[in-house]
Amino acid sequence: METFTPVSALLGGILIGLASTLLLWLNGRIAGISGIAGGLLSPAPGEVAWRALFLIGLVLGAGAYGVLRPVTVAIDAPLPLLIAGGLLVGFGTQLGKGCTSGHGVCGIARLSPRSMIATLVFMISAGVTVYVVRHVVGVQP
Amino acid sequence: MNRAAAALLSGTVFGLGLAVSGMVNPAKVLAFLDIAGRWDPSLALVMAGALAVAFVGFRLVLRRRAPLFAGRFELPSAREIDARLLGGAALFGIGWGLVGFCPGPAIASLAFAWKEPLIFLAAMLAGAWLYRASARARPPATSAASPGA
Repeated sequence: METFTPVSALLGGILIGLASTLLLWLNGRIAGISGIAGGLLSPAPGEVAWRALFLIGLVLGAGAYGVLRPVTVAIDAPLPLLIAGGLLVGFGTQLGKGCTSGHGVCGIARLSPRSMIATLVFMISAGVTVYVVRHVVGVQP
Repeated sequence: MNRAAAALLSGTVFGLGLAVSGMVNPAKVLAFLDIAGRWDPSLALVMAGALAVAFVGFRLVLRRRAPLFAGRFELPSAREIDARLLGGAALFGIGWGLVGFCPGPAIASLAFAWKEPLIFLAAMLAGAWLYRASARARPPATSAASPGA
């Protein structure tokens, strides 16, 4: 059962905003993870190292917090859903050119209408998906 | 510092934020998306915190001529709200709603779990590759070349 954690949510969000600002200030890049990772698939020269290091940083940063506090990663999805979900996230984020970090944080921070609309669409889409899975089909965690 | 170290630093702070906020936990993300169920509004606060900082931070940063370790800011230039944007967002949303993982948290979660995240990430990579391969095969969008554009 999940509980509302306003303080850590806000704090974590602030760190995410800070990280995005850092990447823009230091390297002039948008901290959109689907874009950063996607750019590794057919990289231009000079584009591999910083992307790989950013992604490695994601794991290191998360892991560092895990040293201080227990971190739960509860994944209920069975294998077929993991695969279907992964395929859709991978395909969709490339097609739509962004994800929760790229559109949801960076895009909206820049007041991009594209990103605001994209975020609205994927939030609704995700919400409907969860509703159907949990309350129509009836698969409860 | 240099460009590479800056990327590592930013990624680390980002990953820290993902862990602190609980976003690496699909159960918590799905609880936010499950409005009809036991709703956990935490993700809304994560977004609010991130946006508050990024909005101010970006405005300050973009006043500069250039970033510190690169020649220029690489900002997305696309403006159109088209089928690709909407379709892509919709598909991404479905995938996200099925598992509770989006790209960043999925990668960061590797600090704590390996089997399910790796399966998801392999599929995510496959999906991304599929799109890029199909985009290469398709003729490019003619928005720049179409008359009256």
